Amino acid sequence: MPSPVRAEDVQRLIGEGGQLVEVLPEAEYAELHLAGARNLPLKRLDAQTTADLDRARPVIVYCHDAL
Amino acid sequence: MSPRAACRLDTLGFGQVFDYVEGKADWLARGLPTEGERAHERRAGQLARRDVATCRLSERMGDVRPRVEASPYGFALVVADGDVLLGRLRRAALEGDPDRCAEDVMEPGPSTVRIDAALDALAERLDGGSLKTAVVSTPDGALVGLVRREDL
Repeated sequence: MPSPVRAEDVQRLIGEGGQLVEVLPEAEYAELHLAGARNLPLKRLDAQTTADLDRARPVIVYCHDAL
Repeated sequence: MSPRAACRLDTLGFGQVFDYVEGKADWLARGLPTEGERAHERRAGQLARRDVATCRLSERMGDVRPRVEASPYGFALVVADGDVLLGRLRRAALEGDPDRCAEDVMEPGPSTVRIDAALDALAERLDGGSLKTAVVSTPDGALVGLVRREDL
């Protein structure tokens, strides 16, 4: 099951090779995203679009906020 | 949205999935690094000055007053461990009984703005309230500093 994490955990996971994924639409990603994040919009999340993610490394997903 | 994405990745067989629920808004508010077309825009945290006088709950007004007089402002901010902002000491409190402690005379819960507040919105907010300064804090409530209207 996915685990909720806070900013400090995200920074640690990135240091350990974690892959940041913004799941917002492309336009929002293009405007502003966390440094190093890639964009995989929720509406296009499937086996094909996630094929480039390394399954051996942590994946951290985020959107705008908890609301 | 991110809980659904995290769940979907889980169903796709990813074994180490984490959900940063507080997301981009929290990251920005902490002043952490960003990229993108708007990443270069200046925000409140970048203009925050660290020259405001601070004190602890137990400090006497007689001890705090000289620090305020040496600062560019006529007030002090009361902080706890981790610089968590608890209150504000206005001039009237500072000029009162020198033996009273900050806890007894502070105004609790001063208004703050986030590190990632856009500067145009901040200027509008200050002008709307005829204010000269805004207190900037982190999402955890820690004091970052003050932004002066004249710096915007």
